[in-house]
Amino acid sequence: MGNERIKDSRRNFLRKSAVLAGTLLVGSATKPFTAMLFAANEPDKFQKWYAIGIDIEKCIGCGMCAKACKSENDVPKDPFYYRSWVEQYTIKNDGSMSVESPNGGIDGFTQSVPEEEIFKTFFVPKMCNHCYKSPCVQVCPVGATFVSPEGVVLVDEKYCMGCSYCVQACPYGCRYLHPEKKTADKCTLCYHRLKKGLNPACFEVCPTGARIYGDLNDKNDKIHQFLKDHNTQVLKPHLNTGSKLFYNGLTSEVR
Amino acid sequence: MPPQLKTLLPFLAIFICIFLVARHFLVPESFGKYGHYRANSMDEIAALPAVYAGKTVCIDCHDTEAAKLASDKHAGLSCEVCHGPGALHADDPEKNILPKPGTREFCGRCHGIYLARSIKVINQIDIKTHNIERENCIDCHNPHAVWEMKE
Repeated sequence: MGNERIKDSRRNFLRKSAVLAGTLLVGSATKPFTAMLFAANEPDKFQKWYAIGIDIEKCIGCGMCAKACKSENDVPKDPFYYRSWVEQYTIKNDGSMSVESPNGGIDGFTQSVPEEEIFKTFFVPKMCNHCYKSPCVQVCPVGATFVSPEGVVLVDEKYCMGCSYCVQACPYGCRYLHPEKKTADKCTLCYHRLKKGLNPACFEVCPTGARIYGDLNDKNDKIHQFLKDHNTQVLKPHLNTGSKLFYNGLTSEVR
Repeated sequence: MPPQLKTLLPFLAIFICIFLVARHFLVPESFGKYGHYRANSMDEIAALPAVYAGKTVCIDCHDTEAAKLASDKHAGLSCEVCHGPGALHADDPEKNILPKPGTREFCGRCHGIYLARSIKVINQIDIKTHNIERENCIDCHNPHAVWEMKE
């Protein structure tokens, strides 16, 4: 009798294991790991689906983007609230690295490391990645932040209660708690300008054309040309955030 | 059915009714239209005023400067890169005058020699030593036609 029972449970065990494995297989096939696959959720073809391209090789660190962003969006002028900012990465001869962003690059940069110690140095403009699987949207307990049908991550000021979960959740440090409104605040890709047919402020003022934005649903859009012409990478691809900010010339040092 | 359940059922029904009524009044209009958020908030954000007017607005009045700029090295630049946000100026040009920067420090933000700045992308000079007889860059260079030297 004891033998019988063991046989029976073995059969059950195998059956259950097979079901579990099958479910996992089907599940993984329907929702694959898509670090770079921006169109995985098959966006509405009649709607725009915005993405951003930044060419690190073309950035000259003038900081006009960071400055324009603050004027356009009424961001507090204190030197720790930014929707868009520029970082300077300096890799020294001994392999150590320093990242600087004095006032987000708004007042320009000055070289703090002596020139003979520098192996390589470059600028990285940063802003919201407008992820389509945003960690910040996932943690919001009240539905105050969301991905709009155009693929822009927005904050509903009236609904936000200022718990700042999203500020902690964003792996790119793109959010802050507005000191006066006490609500989360972030880059909107100048949603108000896009809707008026204008370019977002940082794109408008970039003198070298280091940053472009466009519609991923439109195959003739310049963003498609940018993605085809360059070997682009997103920040922290292992986090699978579905970032739609593609960098050309991104080195592994950049976090 | 046990008698306890019979007593509790009306309370459960009342609770569900109160919940549904409260939900009706508490959930804002347009919530859930596209997803778990208030769809009207997008219209509210879209209604915010623009501070940068855009180059097309500038060209409407400043057509001579724009024509000059069109054949210059600076042709790709928007007017507001140097002159700053211009929506207020476009509304009332007399009252809101935009700056005409041209100091060594200002031009040096792009053209000052700097290690992190690629020479392939932009022309650079040492702003501290380049032609120090003149104070500002615009004393010699016209920003709308950079190689048209003054005097």
